[in-house]
Amino acid sequence: MTKLFTMTKTVTKNLVQGPATLMYPQKERAYTEITRGKIENNIAACIFCGLCSKRCPTYAITVSKENREWEIDRLKCCTCNLCVEVCPTKCLSTDSHYASPVTERQMAMQKEKLAVDSPPDVKPEEEHNGRGDL
Amino acid sequence: MAHKNIIPIGPQHPVLPEPIHFDLVTEDEKIVDAIPSISYVHRGLERLVEKRDFLDFVHVADRICGLCSFMHSMGYCQAVEEIMGVEVPQRALYLRSIWAELSRIHSHIFWLGVAADAFGFESLFMQAMRQREQVLDIFEETTGGRVILGVCKVGGVRRDISADTLKGIVKRLTKLKKDLEEIGSVFINDYSVQHRLCGVGFISREDAYTLGCLGPMARASGLFIDMRALGYAAYKFLEFEPMVETAGDCHARCLVRIRENYHSIDLIRQAVDKIPEGPFAVTVKGVPDGEYFSRVEQPRGEVIHYVKGNGSRFLQRFRVRVPTFSNIPAMIRVLKGAEIADVPNIILTIDPCISCTER
Repeated sequence: MTKLFTMTKTVTKNLVQGPATLMYPQKERAYTEITRGKIENNIAACIFCGLCSKRCPTYAITVSKENREWEIDRLKCCTCNLCVEVCPTKCLSTDSHYASPVTERQMAMQKEKLAVDSPPDVKPEEEHNGRGDL
Repeated sequence: MAHKNIIPIGPQHPVLPEPIHFDLVTEDEKIVDAIPSISYVHRGLERLVEKRDFLDFVHVADRICGLCSFMHSMGYCQAVEEIMGVEVPQRALYLRSIWAELSRIHSHIFWLGVAADAFGFESLFMQAMRQREQVLDIFEETTGGRVILGVCKVGGVRRDISADTLKGIVKRLTKLKKDLEEIGSVFINDYSVQHRLCGVGFISREDAYTLGCLGPMARASGLFIDMRALGYAAYKFLEFEPMVETAGDCHARCLVRIRENYHSIDLIRQAVDKIPEGPFAVTVKGVPDGEYFSRVEQPRGEVIHYVKGNGSRFLQRFRVRVPTFSNIPAMIRVLKGAEIADVPNIILTIDPCISCTER
């Protein structure tokens, strides 16, 4: 008899509580502000010093000073936040959302290039060139 | 005389979360010998120390293993700090202890779940994983990572936890304790669980000592081995007591882990009450020159981090001796004479962490 009442308690609790899981694609997961999701670069402020690529534990970042290019391989990146810490101009930041899934390694490479011929007084948003959706 | 058969188990097996291979020599249903072989996930992380700045290597040490991630970075940082004579602020020591205990709770709940899965109690596995989620949420809110925390650094910690958050953590852990008592009572009292675990995989106190058992494996056989008694981080300020059982079987190991969960929650409560205000990191100048063995109690037992610096930014040698490695001989001893149906339980009760073992 006691067993029956234990079970009733569990059933009522589960009915009231609802599922412990999240209906993921319909309902988006809430990230905290400090969640280490993915590394973002504000390329307009970047001076292409290459410190981030030198310190990266997984060699995910490549920086080319001549071409004014900054590239990150999202599949290699372990989001340790070290590049953000060492960045002298603080143009790198961590976004709380994870990088989107990809089917090929090539798609995970994100290239950001500073437009060479753009005049220097252009707003930073317009200077983003070739910035993917990744 | 029965015919001898060799039954291979692993590297891929439903109960093994990570790859380890066993050749089980059997006579009928009895195991007469077991030959383990590892090195399926060797990554060469110890060698990497020669190519990485010693400050950046914390991130690599963090990634030696998932479940005991924080303990690895803490052990490494302690070793480097000791060589360089860095005085870590007290607040950082307390925060390290809090995160370490949270790691222990999440690892033990995970283990309880996987153990339940091994003896075929699927719903208990699901319940355990649901409870573990609460700890992972605390991790995400305080450090930014759910499993790999990445908050430890040489000279302190990277992030502070505000007083309100600390109180919130204690409140949530009090709720978690209630939930854990619910699933804990199933492990302790349930007939079917006792039937699968009691008397299985017995190892005596003497054998556990001579074979070098560590962690819950040793404590379940009545050995008082717990590195937290050394008083690293903030444990010297907390009232700590090792959880010891004497039965020495799989059920005792289970009980040790359940009781350690409660004790960890208690330790966090103590730490939150006593945590001092102040800085949580100091800047580190200079390079390490010298060597040190740092000993830290992981969820699975004592881990040793050996660090040797030669006066440059790159360390000369880094070596990790993990608890699973010390527990494997005892596991082999326990496997001999066991029934083949008990093998998954026995392998799991040492809580093997193969990523740690192979680095």
